[in-house]
Amino acid sequence: MGESPVLEVTDLRVSYYTDAGRAVALDGASLTLGPGEKLGLVGESGSGKSTMALAMMRMIKPPGRIESGRVVVAGTDLMALSEEEMLKARLSRIAYIPQGAMNSLNPVLRIGAQMADAIKAHEPKAVKSDVEERCKKALESVDLTRSAYELYPHELSGGMKQRVCIAIDILLRPRLIIADEPTSALDVVTQRQVMETINRVQKEIGAAVILIGHDMGLMAQFVDKVAVMYAGRLVEISSVRDMFSRPLHPYAQALISSLPRLENKGVFQGIPGLAPSLLRLPGGCAFHPRCARIMDVCKAVKPDLRANGPDRSVACHLYQTGQA
Amino acid sequence: MELRGVTKVYSRGLVARTTTVALRDVSLTVMQEQPTIMTVAGESGSGKTTLAMLLLGFIQPTAGGIFYKGQDISRLSGEARVTFRREVQAVFQDPFAVFNPFYTVDHLLSVPIRKFHLARSRSEARDRMVEALTAVGLHPDDVLGRFPHQLSGGQRQRINVARALVLKPRLLVADEPVSMVDASLRASILETLRGLQRDHGVSILYITHDLTTAYHISRSIVVLYRGSIMEAGDTDSVITNPKHPYTRLLIDSIPWPDINRRWGDTEIKAKEGESADTTPGCKFASRCPFVMEKCRTAPPLFRLADHHAASCYLLEKHPPVESTRLSELLPL
Repeated sequence: MGESPVLEVTDLRVSYYTDAGRAVALDGASLTLGPGEKLGLVGESGSGKSTMALAMMRMIKPPGRIESGRVVVAGTDLMALSEEEMLKARLSRIAYIPQGAMNSLNPVLRIGAQMADAIKAHEPKAVKSDVEERCKKALESVDLTRSAYELYPHELSGGMKQRVCIAIDILLRPRLIIADEPTSALDVVTQRQVMETINRVQKEIGAAVILIGHDMGLMAQFVDKVAVMYAGRLVEISSVRDMFSRPLHPYAQALISSLPRLENKGVFQGIPGLAPSLLRLPGGCAFHPRCARIMDVCKAVKPDLRANGPDRSVACHLYQTGQA
Repeated sequence: MELRGVTKVYSRGLVARTTTVALRDVSLTVMQEQPTIMTVAGESGSGKTTLAMLLLGFIQPTAGGIFYKGQDISRLSGEARVTFRREVQAVFQDPFAVFNPFYTVDHLLSVPIRKFHLARSRSEARDRMVEALTAVGLHPDDVLGRFPHQLSGGQRQRINVARALVLKPRLLVADEPVSMVDASLRASILETLRGLQRDHGVSILYITHDLTTAYHISRSIVVLYRGSIMEAGDTDSVITNPKHPYTRLLIDSIPWPDINRRWGDTEIKAKEGESADTTPGCKFASRCPFVMEKCRTAPPLFRLADHHAASCYLLEKHPPVESTRLSELLPL
């Protein structure tokens, strides 16, 4: 990637302060995304995927707190913006499709009114007829008819509502779209249609996409790069091809080999052990109690995410011997 | 367990009655002697959960009958009813919703033992619990005495399986047992189910929308769409060589975790489904790219191979089979 990155996250940290103590939900995450790149963020529930997305949107609510870090989107550090500037940045620079977005549409407002709201909030002086035209164009680009503008949410199916949400997200041509399990409640056929819609519109507007989820199948179909999270840390970032053909981190390896494929019918390989509680993380590498290739150093020292060849990085002591 | 021509119609409204056919003329048999794993696959609204409810005797069919060991389950009485209740067990989708948060795991497992008088003493009851927990791959010491909130989703779901197992069932109806657990736990729960079939002689009816796991776990598969059987047979043939346009669409849409098998080779021609569908013909006709005039009447099942049948006029050069004889086509 010769171009300047669309997204640069540096050392992002989020903690939740609970009665039982401080839980570090995101422990120094850093990653870079080029224009038009699609990144998949995977991990078990509780690994910090959604926390990372919310932190990038500056939408962490108490008792959670962003402790440190920079999130630079197209040259602007979102963390340095005022609340008001951040409001403007949402949707225009960085858009978020939350889990179950389709249920967030207001049932008593027409689709058109909800879309127009988004534009008016950012451009108070926009002309009404112009706003309407832009909304209808956005509906067309997600394969809905222009007449959907006049409909109420209950008149649409789940997949269509999800595509309305995508249409809202692309109205202001953001540089980055974050989609948190955008298809988890949909059946496979609708899922494929929604994913293909996201794929097409992100190319149209040239936005980078972060797809969050634990469905590795969807990742294989959709993304260019995969970032694996475990207990609040990024443990490996690789191209989708490398990730599926030769993952480096033992957790990524276990994850990949647990996948059901056509060729290995009847082979089930789970990952032994359970995900650790964020309140009582094991010392050193958080994965060491479940790791098949554990060494002494793993119990004492937390491995950093380091480059392993071009465009690939991993946080594991197996790959760090001999380096500084 | 046997279903003979079962139809279930839901109706609502007093004056203008609107009816929804949730299941149309389904006949299936699960043999007692040969434990098997059969998948019933379909998207939401296909009638797969209705099928589970019927099998468990929670609802009554509108037409047709459901027989367990030759007896109509709606007319079971006394001892036969108790036996049915014990031998046919269920595992449901949501491992978070089915637990009462005030009771420990011990309570959950001991209630069925007590109700069905399966143990003569406390220690025998405990032995049964330990045996069932071990069979699902849990360490009894890790879970006994714990409350549901202290357990992970995967552990809870395995306890659900264990709860069914203490009763030594003959048939387990598993309705989307893995759809709410993480991918890494999915494998171990499916392995648990397969172990039950293999080592404990339990037949399993695996109800799911996920054809990937269905492919891996089951011998035979029945694909439902809007209450009608679209395609059925041996899992390998149906998944690797689907014939019905609906099954083909489903299988082309599976996100395989394999970068050499990406979407995009086939374009989706089918239209998005509409909600109400009262046509007497093929249920898939309104979305089908190959729809013809004669699709207005429901197509019969055509026998494509020894263990493969599909209900579509595109395949009418093959001999039709009576829907009541479907089970003969399913491998055991």
